[in-house]
Amino acid sequence: MKRRVFIALLVGSVAGGTVRLLAAETGREVSVAASKFEFTPDTVKAKVGAPLTFVLTSLDRIHGFKMPEFGLRTDIIPDKETRLTITPTKPGSFAFFCDVFCGDGHEEMAGTLVVEA
Amino acid sequence: MHHSERRQFLKLAGLAGVTFTAGLFPERRAEAQAGDFHFVQMSDTHWGFKGPPNPDAEHTLEKAIVTVNGLANKPDFIIFTGDLTHTTEDAKIRRERMKRFKEIVSGLNVKDVRFIPGEHDASLDKGEAFKEFFGATHYTFDHKGVHFITLDNVSDPGAKLGDEQLAWLAADLKQRKPDDRIVVFTHRPLFDLVPNWDWATADGAKAIDLLMPYQNIVVFYGHIHQEHHHMTGHIAHHAAKSLIFPQATPGDAPKRPPPPPFDASLKPLGTRDVAMGKAVTITELPVTKA
Repeated sequence: MKRRVFIALLVGSVAGGTVRLLAAETGREVSVAASKFEFTPDTVKAKVGAPLTFVLTSLDRIHGFKMPEFGLRTDIIPDKETRLTITPTKPGSFAFFCDVFCGDGHEEMAGTLVVEA
Repeated sequence: MHHSERRQFLKLAGLAGVTFTAGLFPERRAEAQAGDFHFVQMSDTHWGFKGPPNPDAEHTLEKAIVTVNGLANKPDFIIFTGDLTHTTEDAKIRRERMKRFKEIVSGLNVKDVRFIPGEHDASLDKGEAFKEFFGATHYTFDHKGVHFITLDNVSDPGAKLGDEQLAWLAADLKQRKPDDRIVVFTHRPLFDLVPNWDWATADGAKAIDLLMPYQNIVVFYGHIHQEHHHMTGHIAHHAAKSLIFPQATPGDAPKRPPPPPFDASLKPLGTRDVAMGKAVTITELPVTKA
């Protein structure tokens, strides 16, 4: 499969934690596949202070991936791999969802990042 | 106390529901109020939707039209603020739904009926079908001394107005005086109502920045299927009920829950009459006359 790798050029502090680009700090990788109208898996676990990289792919069409509490969003484009790295700074449950309208069911296309202390 | 903070929810007799005196032209000179009028906002009809959230989906719109046609004072115009039809990936069915919707609303006894799109109408084809049936997705018009601006924050599936439309808005506003009376119609909230539920417009803050220098602006929108009132500075934003099914109370859960079970006793659906005078007076109307 033709795969192009995208790395989010984001650095900053936000409500849920920091978003980083440094390769040395990508930490654990979690693959999340987007398709109409779900993320698989829809629950991702992380630990406070431990970098986590989402490896995002789409199985059908353009979707979005947004985590407002991390100030994070990206398009997920078929045949491309999109990587976003975060470092949570506090425990809790944080929503992520598709923010590119993709049809009847779009509103339910969401998941949860569970950050443990 | 700021006029807009004086919320007066009054039970009215007969047809009228709840009146909310928004009072949102506080800076406007009294002599400039000539030609006061009213209009009706209808929203989120989702024609084509079927399911438990509205067991009477096939008839709700028609019933609301009967109610609006029965208003003692005929509105000067009626505007539908988006999601006229329920989304479908089938372009043919999308057009069939728009055609049928248009046939049904032709039963309104008001000649001036206007439309803006919601994401269910326009996000899957960038507004192509909507334009065929209803015309431009954003436009302006003037009526009795009030300047109306409709904004399209749905044809871009990422819920953006986009730089081109923002430039268009800026150019239009440059022609206004600071105390002109201005009403904005849009589908999604321009402000971040609940970011985690995507109840926002990606670049809505840019539009609000452009609107902020004008003293007498009020925004009416839909999308969230319930009455809601919010201030960004001196600008009031009023969300309307839908004509298909209610949505959860903003921010009630971390993730947006599905529509709550339909409970007719809560009167979750309806339209609204908006009187434009010294104040903006909103009267919520039920689907059917009690």
